[in-house]
Amino acid sequence: MNDMRSILATDCGSTTTKAILIEHDGEEFRLTFRGESPTTVEAPVEDVTVGVRNAITEVQELAGRPLLADGEIIKPMSSTEGVDAYISTSSAGGGLQMMVAGVVRNMTAESAERAALGAGAIVMDVVAANDKRLPHEKIELIRRLRPDMILLSGGIDGGTTTHVAELAELIAAANPSPRLGASYDLPVVFAGNVDAQDVVRERLGTSMSLEVVANLRPTMERENLMPARLKIQEQFLEHVMAHAPGYKTLIEWTDADIMPTPGAVAYMMQTIADERGIEILGVDIGGATTDVFSVFQSVFNRTVSANLGMSYSVSNVLAETGIENVLRWVPFDVDERDLRNRIKNKMIRPTTIPQTLRELVIEQAIAREALRLALDQHKRLATGLHGVQQQRTIADTFAQGAGGDSLVNMGTLNLIVGSGGVLSHAPRRQQAMLMMIDAFQPIGFTEFAVDSIFMMPQLGVLAQVNETAAMHVFNRDCLIHLGSVVAPDGPADARSGLRIAARLPDGATVDERIPAGELRCYPLAEGATVEVEATPEGAFDMGAGRGHAVKRQVTGGVVGLVVDTRGRPLTLATERSDRLTSLRRWYHALDLYPSTATD
Amino acid sequence: MAQAYTPGLAVSRGTTIRKERKLPLPGEVLVALGDQVEADTVVATTYLPGEVHLINLASALSVPESDVEHHLTVEKGRSVGADEVIAETKGLFGFFKSQCRAPVAGVLESVSTVTGQAILREPPTPLQVRAYARGVVVEVLEGEGVVVEAHGAYVQGIIGLGGEAVGEIACVEGGPADPLTAASLTEEHRGKVVIGGGRIETAAVRAAQELGVTALVVGGIDDADLRELLGYELGVAITGTEDLGVTLVITEGFGDVAMAARTFDLLTSHVGALASVNGATQIRAGVLRPEIVIPLEGADEEGSADGPMILEPGAAVRVIREPHFGRVGRVVAMVVELTVIETEARVRTAEVEFEDGSRALVPRANIELMAG
Repeated sequence: MNDMRSILATDCGSTTTKAILIEHDGEEFRLTFRGESPTTVEAPVEDVTVGVRNAITEVQELAGRPLLADGEIIKPMSSTEGVDAYISTSSAGGGLQMMVAGVVRNMTAESAERAALGAGAIVMDVVAANDKRLPHEKIELIRRLRPDMILLSGGIDGGTTTHVAELAELIAAANPSPRLGASYDLPVVFAGNVDAQDVVRERLGTSMSLEVVANLRPTMERENLMPARLKIQEQFLEHVMAHAPGYKTLIEWTDADIMPTPGAVAYMMQTIADERGIEILGVDIGGATTDVFSVFQSVFNRTVSANLGMSYSVSNVLAETGIENVLRWVPFDVDERDLRNRIKNKMIRPTTIPQTLRELVIEQAIAREALRLALDQHKRLATGLHGVQQQRTIADTFAQGAGGDSLVNMGTLNLIVGSGGVLSHAPRRQQAMLMMIDAFQPIGFTEFAVDSIFMMPQLGVLAQVNETAAMHVFNRDCLIHLGSVVAPDGPADARSGLRIAARLPDGATVDERIPAGELRCYPLAEGATVEVEATPEGAFDMGAGRGHAVKRQVTGGVVGLVVDTRGRPLTLATERSDRLTSLRRWYHALDLYPSTATD
Repeated sequence: MAQAYTPGLAVSRGTTIRKERKLPLPGEVLVALGDQVEADTVVATTYLPGEVHLINLASALSVPESDVEHHLTVEKGRSVGADEVIAETKGLFGFFKSQCRAPVAGVLESVSTVTGQAILREPPTPLQVRAYARGVVVEVLEGEGVVVEAHGAYVQGIIGLGGEAVGEIACVEGGPADPLTAASLTEEHRGKVVIGGGRIETAAVRAAQELGVTALVVGGIDDADLRELLGYELGVAITGTEDLGVTLVITEGFGDVAMAARTFDLLTSHVGALASVNGATQIRAGVLRPEIVIPLEGADEEGSADGPMILEPGAAVRVIREPHFGRVGRVVAMVVELTVIETEARVRTAEVEFEDGSRALVPRANIELMAG
């Protein structure tokens, strides 16, 4: 695999199949061509390879050399045709839909949920022995949801076997018929107490396709998610994918296992975080769902907000956040009835795009709320382990928690990568950056980028066969660097402010006190870095304590260096006219919209 | 690119409609290939497994989990009646027995010596699948169901509420833009599929529920009314299981929108005909739209009811997003170059001439084809 010169990668999404061609230019690997075509897993075509061939045909036409012969990929590459390797990810047909079960909701069941999400699944529900639902309700739930796969965990090694047996009995009694057809044995992965393996085999071994792996929570203090994750991905390929139309052929074509799309993104994110030694947050906001990925303290986490999205689920964003939270980001007055009808019309006609500036502003206001809610959900799951005994000193007496604090720390976060139509296709890049700043409220120094064509899934699989190629393409072609934001923590009261000192690459110097409640943008081109000294005043803190300056190298981008003194948490004025004035000032500072939008 | 595929809702005077009528679990198909079926003909039947009850025998009898099997008074796999003793302890000299009774009638499915629990399954419940629309059985899916083929008029809505319903078509006074009001519904609409014109309000739906109207087909509804009817905010467009007592089909969208004239004329031209209506909607991958099927004898074929349609000069279209939302017209040109629109996005557009003769460039994503 190391003498590869060209690699073809596809990602079969629910609606679109995207193909990219990566080639070695003599010095390094670069993305050379890309193409896309509608995914064809549903009637009337019902064969995923048709969409794959169509997407590859587009690439072939652009590349000007044959990649397909008689409908098959030409391998290996010769001087005039073909590629050396073909790889693919898939989330077509609704992706991998799983149920997870564990004994205690916020211990083994939560670890199981993290394992399933990390493997790229959509978790339909979490069943726990202590989830307060009655047994028959759990059985009914399992039967009704018809998952593609179940992950059963429970008990630390040497711990409870009774509760694990109870869960296995529930699953056996429910005996759900998988949504992919009656001839299909439901895959169940058991990753619980080693002492319960026999009893689980006895309950489920005959009626289901049972796989037993190492306990994902062998002790209270340790999670071991990787064996369960890998087994889920293997089962996904063997059972779920093998039943999807056309996938048997696709599996034969590929030179590495087909991965669930989010699983591949997870792998890529971890590789980047390890390679650069940074903390990273990624978000992919789609029409129906929003995925959030993070690596904090070297721990990877992923969550899927199944009903937060910009088209199919746009109405649900409104339902969850409330109309007033959407409208607080809109710098003009809007008729509520009219807005509600417009949002519902977007839900029922999900492929439409905003044509007027006002509609764009409203859509981006909704995106801020969807992103904010998705990060809230992520923070709740991306936690340390619950139930771990912690050594405390006398100083901790007044700050006791039960463990399980969120790993997500906006103050130590280095890089935020956004993807999905509303971010990648925002007409002005600063719109994407401010949507993410407003939603995530980073603290300290944070770099921003967008993955313009959501290439991370393909790069994730590629990293498994050729990590160098994946990193080359990631660094050079995958991201559009937006720039960096400098934002102090603390309330934006009248005495607070931030003094910024920097010498910009063009020789100009910045030495300015920015009062609380402002946004400023300085030009700092993509690829440029500059040392910035930020000295907080009043209630502000840049991470070293109030009044203590912090110096850091920051990277530029197509937007530049943004200084945000609006305070953390960011609170908007409650009085309408004050809020509108602030919004207009901020949006103007970033040249966010043509002026007509904010009048 | 002088033409493009674009989504559109089917509105056809005469077409072939195929409906797969499948059981959720394997069962028995009751009709044969070529059989003529009515909407209410039962085509397949099965039994849904009964509800499961977990009974903690160990705790009820105060015995160790590993011992529970020794105390069973009925064999595993046997049927038991409600309140029948299923396990008991020997007691002391025949006294002080602990007993455990079946909470419901069912079959004792299994007993666990690890958890001490018994699983009792209630008797299965029968489930029938009907033909839904008058037609002919053109395919038998062994043990699963059938495919029924009907010929007639076919209209897809944009969103609906409630499931399948069958009734005669009736209409109310007014044209395609007139709202359907509570006052326009009368006793004669009981059991009927009532065609309205423009928007419907909560009061009219409530009146229809009280009168026993089978289904309502209208152009639009306000989000506020929808929320009031459902009692919650509809977050995603996946519907069909609402229990409103009346099936609702919206043909155009949310707000004050008139029903497209062609749809209105087609539906009202079949007053008195039997229609099969389904409000079930799923706007996700594998999109499912609500529909009105009107089986007709000797209907002329106008073409397939589904499949992609081509957007090209001359095509009749409706704009489905502001600032021209709801306006209908014809495509006069497919603009080849990307157009910079007001948002500053560069998108593919088409030039549309509206009914009043005015023209506008509209993103192709915001155009819906109208049949005919």
